[in-house]
Amino acid sequence: MAAIIIDNVAKSFGSFVALERVDLHVADAEFVALLGPSGCGKTTLLRIIAGLETQSSGRVQIGGRDVSALAPRKRGLAMVFQNYAVFPHMTVRQNVGFGLRMAGAEPARIERQVARAAALLHIEPNLDRYPAQLSGGQRQRVAVARALAIEPSVLLMDEPLSNLDALLRLEMRAELKSVLREAGTTTIYVTHDQTEAMGLADRIAVLHAGRIQQIGPPTEVYALPATTFVGGFVGSPPMNFLTLPVTNRQVQLGALSLASPAGSTGRIVLGVRPEDLQPTAAAEGFPFVVRVAEPLGSHIMLTGESAGQRVRVIVPPEHPVRPGVTMHLRPRLDRVVWMDPASGAAVSRGEGRKLGTEAAGD
Amino acid sequence: MTLRRAVFITGIIVLSVWTLLPIYLIALGAVGGRTVVNSWPKPFLPPADLSFATMREFLDIAGVWTSALYSVEAAVLCMAFSILLGVPAGYALARFVFAGATAYRLVVLLTRAFPVAILALPLTVGFIRLGLYDTPLGVSLMHTALALPFAVLVSASLFQAIPKELEEAAWVFGCSPVRAFLRVALPLALPGIAATAIFAFVISWNEVFAASVLTVRHKTLTAYLLSVLSESPLHVQFAGGFVLIIPSVLFIFLVRKRLFSMWGIANR
Repeated sequence: MAAIIIDNVAKSFGSFVALERVDLHVADAEFVALLGPSGCGKTTLLRIIAGLETQSSGRVQIGGRDVSALAPRKRGLAMVFQNYAVFPHMTVRQNVGFGLRMAGAEPARIERQVARAAALLHIEPNLDRYPAQLSGGQRQRVAVARALAIEPSVLLMDEPLSNLDALLRLEMRAELKSVLREAGTTTIYVTHDQTEAMGLADRIAVLHAGRIQQIGPPTEVYALPATTFVGGFVGSPPMNFLTLPVTNRQVQLGALSLASPAGSTGRIVLGVRPEDLQPTAAAEGFPFVVRVAEPLGSHIMLTGESAGQRVRVIVPPEHPVRPGVTMHLRPRLDRVVWMDPASGAAVSRGEGRKLGTEAAGD
Repeated sequence: MTLRRAVFITGIIVLSVWTLLPIYLIALGAVGGRTVVNSWPKPFLPPADLSFATMREFLDIAGVWTSALYSVEAAVLCMAFSILLGVPAGYALARFVFAGATAYRLVVLLTRAFPVAILALPLTVGFIRLGLYDTPLGVSLMHTALALPFAVLVSASLFQAIPKELEEAAWVFGCSPVRAFLRVALPLALPGIAATAIFAFVISWNEVFAASVLTVRHKTLTAYLLSVLSESPLHVQFAGGFVLIIPSVLFIFLVRKRLFSMWGIANR
């Protein structure tokens, strides 16, 4: 159980900048997800924390110790790899006990820990089999059991569920969450799947092009994105962004006249989620031309245009819709966010203070 | 039967005959005795009066067993040197990025392009100076030079086939790089390395030119047979040749599956 401090870490591969001065504080027993698209640097950051890559500058501290120059085995952490990296020439039992065996623990203790980890991950029947005889999901459990058996102070996970099928992923997510919560291990979890991040993490750090754009609890990252990138990446379907002209601190949207944030001139970006747009009468909303209607079971997703820009709306499954029809929508004003069109950063509604990225979350 | 299939089957028949017929003829000559060797056309089926008398006679020739032992000695040394030098080199090629890696691969391969005949005399002179002339050790060094490119490049591809994540996992879970190599990379590569070792053995066992040039009184079996058998009757030469073939064919047959996977032929 240890806190992690990533202090001004940067990493370049030759002329390619993978990470640009990242700062991150992870509290003890906290679960932080590093979320971002491919190539954003999240795996690089994880590997730097693990010691598998050396940072170009900056320091990493685990549990108060500066581990920046230490080999991976000396950092007191465990890791679950994307492709599981379960040793094929050892049985499951030997795999799970590997960390403890390398540390020279007593055989009795190794057996106890292996049994405990196996019970937690439900792999007891497989203990004497070889990984080649197991399915992908079972191998993934072995990889997690191997990591938990050593009772690490820090657990690093690199997209551990991405190679599983959708149903298995859902099950494993729930299991992982309860197991890790019980163990109280500080966890850093890398993923490109925002539902995974939302479901598992205490805080989400959204990365893009080597920078952390926002860190915060899932609800905050979802409702109050710091940039258009975060709003568009988190949440499925993504947030709608409408670029609108500002006149006299007012923004005209159909029949609605909205007060724009202080200090905004020219144009502003209005961000609103598809589920926060409600069908309404013509006089109380703005027009929306339906182009495509996708019935998705629990709701219907409508894709169309407002003010010449693409907008998506979610309506209940019984709502009568047809492509080509013009509806009128009204946003829930308490769920609307404003962004600066040039920088993409959020602008506060009230005081005009910019919501920038936050380094420390506590 | 399509044309393509006919060509395919013909190709297989030709290749099989190309490989198996000489072995059969030698075997025939070895066990058939004088009569078979000197008869024409050769009997298609083995004659009834097979005897191993010739082969026994051959094995009784003075010096055959001692030279066989020298062959084994040189081959074992060649195997040991090739593996001890080749496997770490292959690991370095597979795991580390360094300037000149591609050039190194090419150079290692090009050493095989050197005609041994040109090297023979300078090598003899050098060995005499070093006191390695006429020793199995000296022969094994020469053979190591022949087997090393194979050992290096095959080891490199063996280690490349082992995912780096396995060693990284070992590093995370308490292994130093050396320990990770010994506990994870080596066990997984061991079958391939064993096959490479056997192949190095066979290369050394079969080699005749360098062995003849570099030895006088401690000849390996191949060199010995070259000198002794040139005077012998034909059927004894056949017996000698057959004795030489057996170990090589046997070894290669034993490790054929490994060699297939090493050379990239999928084996389902």
